[in-house]
Amino acid sequence: MAEKILMKGNEAIAYGAIRYGCDGYFGYPITPQSEVMETLMAEKPWETTGMVVLQAESETSSINMLYGGACTGKKVMTSSSSPGISLMCEGMSYLAGAELPCLIVNVMRGGPGLGTIQPSQSDYFQCVKGGGHGDYKMIVLAPASAQDMYDFVDKAFELAFKYRTPAMILSDGVIGQMMEKVELRPIKPRRTAEEIDAQCEWACTGRKSGRKKHMITSLALEAPVQEAANIRLQEKYKEIEEKEALFATYRTEDAEYLLVAFGSMSRLSESVVDLARENGIKMGLLRPITLFPYPKQALESLIPQLKSIASVELNSGQMVEDIRLIVNGRVPVYHFGRMGGMIPSPEEIYEAFVKTINR
Amino acid sequence: MKEEIIIAGFGGQGVLSMGKILAYSGIMQDQEVTWMPSYGPEMRGGTANVTVILSDKKISSPILSKYDTAIILNQQSMDKFEDLVKPGGLLIYDPNGITKHPQRKDINVCSISAADESALMGNTKAFNMIVLGAFLKKKPIVTLENVVKGLKKSIPPRHHHLIPMNEQAIRVGMEKLKDINVL
Repeated sequence: MAEKILMKGNEAIAYGAIRYGCDGYFGYPITPQSEVMETLMAEKPWETTGMVVLQAESETSSINMLYGGACTGKKVMTSSSSPGISLMCEGMSYLAGAELPCLIVNVMRGGPGLGTIQPSQSDYFQCVKGGGHGDYKMIVLAPASAQDMYDFVDKAFELAFKYRTPAMILSDGVIGQMMEKVELRPIKPRRTAEEIDAQCEWACTGRKSGRKKHMITSLALEAPVQEAANIRLQEKYKEIEEKEALFATYRTEDAEYLLVAFGSMSRLSESVVDLARENGIKMGLLRPITLFPYPKQALESLIPQLKSIASVELNSGQMVEDIRLIVNGRVPVYHFGRMGGMIPSPEEIYEAFVKTINR
Repeated sequence: MKEEIIIAGFGGQGVLSMGKILAYSGIMQDQEVTWMPSYGPEMRGGTANVTVILSDKKISSPILSKYDTAIILNQQSMDKFEDLVKPGGLLIYDPNGITKHPQRKDINVCSISAADESALMGNTKAFNMIVLGAFLKKKPIVTLENVVKGLKKSIPPRHHHLIPMNEQAIRVGMEKLKDINVL
């Protein structure tokens, strides 16, 4: 078995990048994710795998370097935290419009504005619904452990290339800063030029004799052309929703009350479920692993057995809106959240839940 | 086995690294571990704390409101964490700089004069390992052998010649621990 190493979630992202064949990382430091680039710089992958690691002059530069790298079919990524992600939103819209695969990591902190460096999940709307302009979605994965941070680098790249679309790892300060043991799973080497040509027949890799010109753009001045592009994107998103939703459940078999939580809050919510069960309340947890596509079917299948649902989030109530759309009034849906970098204890969440059932 | 620990003191006392060594020792004996630091601006010169959990089973929440053990190394941390030790739990503190000693009678309380002992050893950097020794005397949840293995993993190879000194400091901590309140 592979060696298990104690590391932060942020470090796990860096090791995932190096070991899963990432070709280039472009970033700009910001707490609480600075260890991603720190680890990459310390590991010097340019001397081993040939991976490029570059500190750009800003987040705006990083995301546009990503666009350039992605055009050539390379596995490229960046990471930042909330205010930096806001700066990247224009580029993210262009990447989605140009249908470019890439990985963006957001280790969320409290906002709005410069906010706080403490953990938050208040970028759910921004990242799951788009962030930049135009009708687009990104594939969004929500890790709940340092091991997830490592594994999801590979998963995100796999999905991004499968569907030619940007993918995001939406994490937060708890998962980024926490150390846990991580099993470094087997290496996937960087792809060769031939492999990239074979996998990415759209990529701008230099025009070989006889092949037609490759054009990558998000510009379509004529409305019918743009609408056709929109329809193609929406069909792609529909296929992603049908095939790629990921989730985990905890003690849901006989649950009458359901918590729904992603990322760090799913870890706390497991403890809340245990606490409720100790008090004779049949509670379970649904953890969406992909936020887009949202695991609608998983939630749908649980609704008939439920008395109520509570969404536990580090924000004022964002994912709860998606839950309410799916539930459509069939059972009461509550929200419990803290903001501004405050993290509730499992006991605090449990007490808030007890108030909802006694209402 | 599940042990939920808060280690709290000043930045620079080795609070975070003590937690890391403890967590790595747990990995060496195949336990699940989490290490969750305070990472706010207070780390720079102010207070620092880390929550460490060692368990035989998968760990759910890395964030806690009550602890089995509190290891307290300054007054601010005493004010904050004394009340958060579970009844029947353990509080270990260094009396150096403590003006208001722990009052609780429903928990085990021990003191370790780690600042003084590390000065006597001629190496103030051994401070946190003396504290760790005191903890392991009371709760031998990881073996000394695995702590040494954990040390090797936690500190860069260029510092490995310091491991015997660290081991010695752990033994000092085990020896010099004083019971203040025993249940």
